Amino acid sequence: MTLEVTNEASSTRPDLSNRDFALDIQDFKVYYDTPRGIVKAVDGVSLAIRQGERFALVGESGSGKSTLAMAVMRLTRPPGRIAGGNVLLHGTDLVSISEEEMRQTRLADIALVPQGAMNSLNPVMKISNQVIDGIIDHIPEDAPKPDADELENRVNELLVRVGLAPMVGQLYPHELSGGMKQRVAMAIAISLSPRVIIADEPTSALDVIVQRQIMQTLGQLQEGLDAAVLLVGHDMGLVAQFADTVGVMYAGKLVEIAPVETIFSNPLHAYPQLLIESIPTMDERKPLTGIPGLQPSLLNLPEGDVFAPRSPIPHTPEDAATVPKLVEVEPGHWVQLSRSSVADFNTYAHLVDY
Amino acid sequence: MTPDGVRSESVVSRLKHATFTELLFVVFHSFLLRRFLFFLLVIWIAATVIFIIPRLSGQDPVKEKLLLEAQRGGAIQTGFEQMAEAYQKRLGLDQPILTQYKNYMFDLVRFDLGTSIAFYPRSVNSMIADSILWTIGLLGTVIVLGFLIGTLAGALLGWPRSPGYLQFLFMPLLTLSAVPQYLLGLILIYVLAFKFSWFPLFGAYNPGTLPSWDFAYIWDVIQHAILPALAFILGAIGFWAVGMRGMMINNQGEDFMIQAEAKGLKGARIFMRYAVRNAMLPQVTGLALSYGTLLSGAILIERIFMYPGIGDTLFQAIRLSDFFVIRGVVMTVILSVATATFLVDVLYPLLDPRINYGRR
Amino acid sequence: MDTPQASQSPTSPPPSRSKTDELKQLYWDRINPIIRYARRNPPLIFGVLLLGGLMLFVGIGYLVYDTEQYRVLSADPGDTRHPPSLQYPFGTDTAGRDLFAVAIRGTPLTLRIGLIAGFFAVSFGTVLAFIAAYYRGLVDGTVRVMADVGMTVPPLLILILIAINIEGGLSVDQMGLAVATVAWVWPARTIRAQVLIMREQSYVEISRLSGSSGMAIIFKEMMPNLIPYITASFVTSVAAGILASIGLEALGLGPFDSPTLGMTIFWNIQQSSIILGMWWWWLPPIVAIVIVFVGLFLISSGLDEWSNPRLRQRV
Ligand SMILES: Nc1ncnc2c1ncn2[C@@H]1O[C@H](COP(=O)(O)OP(=O)(O)OP(=O)(O)O)[C@@H](O)[C@H]1O
Ligand SMILES: [Mg+2]
Repeated sequence: MTLEVTNEASSTRPDLSNRDFALDIQDFKVYYDTPRGIVKAVDGVSLAIRQGERFALVGESGSGKSTLAMAVMRLTRPPGRIAGGNVLLHGTDLVSISEEEMRQTRLADIALVPQGAMNSLNPVMKISNQVIDGIIDHIPEDAPKPDADELENRVNELLVRVGLAPMVGQLYPHELSGGMKQRVAMAIAISLSPRVIIADEPTSALDVIVQRQIMQTLGQLQEGLDAAVLLVGHDMGLVAQFADTVGVMYAGKLVEIAPVETIFSNPLHAYPQLLIESIPTMDERKPLTGIPGLQPSLLNLPEGDVFAPRSPIPHTPEDAATVPKLVEVEPGHWVQLSRSSVADFNTYAHLVDY
Repeated sequence: MTPDGVRSESVVSRLKHATFTELLFVVFHSFLLRRFLFFLLVIWIAATVIFIIPRLSGQDPVKEKLLLEAQRGGAIQTGFEQMAEAYQKRLGLDQPILTQYKNYMFDLVRFDLGTSIAFYPRSVNSMIADSILWTIGLLGTVIVLGFLIGTLAGALLGWPRSPGYLQFLFMPLLTLSAVPQYLLGLILIYVLAFKFSWFPLFGAYNPGTLPSWDFAYIWDVIQHAILPALAFILGAIGFWAVGMRGMMINNQGEDFMIQAEAKGLKGARIFMRYAVRNAMLPQVTGLALSYGTLLSGAILIERIFMYPGIGDTLFQAIRLSDFFVIRGVVMTVILSVATATFLVDVLYPLLDPRINYGRR
Repeated sequence: MDTPQASQSPTSPPPSRSKTDELKQLYWDRINPIIRYARRNPPLIFGVLLLGGLMLFVGIGYLVYDTEQYRVLSADPGDTRHPPSLQYPFGTDTAGRDLFAVAIRGTPLTLRIGLIAGFFAVSFGTVLAFIAAYYRGLVDGTVRVMADVGMTVPPLLILILIAINIEGGLSVDQMGLAVATVAWVWPARTIRAQVLIMREQSYVEISRLSGSSGMAIIFKEMMPNLIPYITASFVTSVAAGILASIGLEALGLGPFDSPTLGMTIFWNIQQSSIILGMWWWWLPPIVAIVIVFVGLFLISSGLDEWSNPRLRQRV
């Protein structure tokens, strides 16, 4: 099956291959301590995003995408905890800085466009004040306080940049449509021109046309700021049009990372292969549901290749029990190499010691 | 980039283009009008219930009381004749029930609550007027203080970044909220007034002093007010704190709280403008709902402290079977509860923009 | 739809068990997880323990102590105002009542008022809620407005009016009933809301379309799911009933011949026990009342957590 990738942006996307990493996540682990055991929602994830790159993280519901996104912002709450690894933001390890340093980093250097944008605005506060307070709380102690007019102009300019009328600032969240709220969330995210933006399913719960517009706006904002974007999503079609690079997550682990063209034309791991086959056409987008079998419970996962039980590739129990490694099979193309889930394993067997 | 357009126009621009029938529709569906109708309804239903209850019992406690007192040759001998006459005329028990109801309602509308039996010919209105200022003074202060302190305490208890030792306050507060305030009052009197003699035992001022606006008198009044106020506030703090803590904990999981943190706001701002501001809303509704209960509590506190407010008037009237005074006090309290509820209803949209005066 | 149940269709298997067995199983399936869950719910356990301890005191007291001494002048002459001693563990009051006997007798009486009030308030409230939710329209509107008005008016005031119009004052049972006449509003409101939500839900819709009768829907589909709300309303109503009754008694409108906790408080106030320094007189009823209210509060917050899964996840 061949699939035509209509990446509107890709033709015009700049070559990023020799730029610095903006966000470098290394062997990151986030666990939930539940009464029934430890849920390893993110279990040793490594990925790096260059400045100006659009990285999309996809995977079934419950695979740990939001957990990862929130943990990068250090917004994990009990029973969740960061259990190991590093998150380097322009070289600074976010995992080890103080709470106050992290607070100042949020919004200024790394901003979040939330998953539930519908409810992510304070229902009793005017939009403009919700944009302003983030700005005010990031003014250094010794800097002069901006006056009200200055702030208002800034809010208006931000609202216009995300495609909203300035008067929206005078409204309350319940007076806005879902798409407008999502735009407000984006206006807040870019209010301090961060170099890294994390967008967790910014289009969920919106209708298809609005989804498209929102993604276009996000793309324009990204270009304007030359920001690195980590986009979480489960709609492969939407991702295909937006991203430069795609990471596929399964049960808390990354199984394949590749440039967007490669992931569609030459996926190596069985899971992304199945994901892509399950998209009928590019015009009829649908969530990732069409794969037989169920994602395993993240509670007390067995060692080895966790995708093996759903893999269509014939394999022995020993193959499934071998702990696979994420290896770079060609420049920019990483695969979790296991005999049970990678049909071409033998081609790359020389890269691993099992 | 196409702006989504603003979905809701301003109320003004909507009204400008409305036809007359549309305007009528808006008025009848308006929040304020409906709340006002409810206010009237509460008073009307309460007044009707008060009218019906004595007539359901099939007996006439007022008449019995009068006969009893007459036989005993009690304090109300003087002017007994006029009083019996006035009483007959007022209740008009010989008239058809609908006429009685009509007369009763007319009296109520003029806020004429009748005449005391025990202190004939004093009017119930004047008796209530004499005592109500004490109640308003004490209760007003104490309700506001209890609400503010309790809500703040609950907010701190339900805030994950509060110091851990604060949690030790929770059980005592919960216990306080579960104890009726007048019983707290008893304990306070015993410990602080009887054992340690720090405060006067009862009353609102020393029996010997004459009310005047000098410092000594005011100081006296304040000293007398502290214990009843403390009894009330302690209980109220527990009540509001337990509710607020629950709301704060609930709010923690809301998306806007997570987003507030993702915005890198300072802790104090998240606490006040996001967490407390939203958790407050049910508290304010709760204030309107529990105002009646608070007032009942205040009546009993006045009883315990022999504080000469409306609650003490009620108690004395119960002791003397002074029916019209009891009815008058009950009516006054219900009126004040309904008014307070109405006020909170009217002011609530100022706190919560989602509630619109124009629409539902 | 209230079409009568169609006669056994040929395809349906013959009923292997009786209808009541089936219903029992249905409720047991509900209650079993409750019991298992209760073990993980400390407020609930703690509340039950508090009330259980109080009941244990009463039960043992009845067995080993002469509770007839609650009556006036039952202590030996001259033994009035006696502080706690071996002979009178809780002392005696100014009228020569043995206060230990009063505590043993009075506690269950007060609980009885609460239980009567709670039972009738919840029964009446639930029936009204179903009627309102079933007929909707004007009926529902009336019930809703009555409940709203009832919530605004302080129950104590209505109770005062009822009490002063009954000759000779209220007995313990009448007091419970009187409290129920004002306490039904909370159960009616909460349960009405739940029934309205439920009747829109698919399982009720399905069983309605499949021709179940109204009663079958209520008892097989709705009631099991309402158990948490009904239980919670009951506990709240019991507490409200006790609170209102003690208030009424403190104002001198209680049953003069019964040694309830509230009447004991009343005698304390009446005889100025505080100024007499008789702490043993007012302390036991206050402690008992505190135990009852804290116990009921803990149980109700434990039940809250159970009926509100959103909360359950968070705690
Ligand atoms: N508070 C929590 N306590 C315990 N387990 C949790 C908690 N939050 C998430 N999990 C578990 O962590 C795993 C990952 O959840 P996460 O929300 O990150 O998934 P996701 O990929 O974002 O899914 P979706 O596409 O539905 O947003 C899930 O299996 C979930 O059950
Ligand atoms: Mg998610």
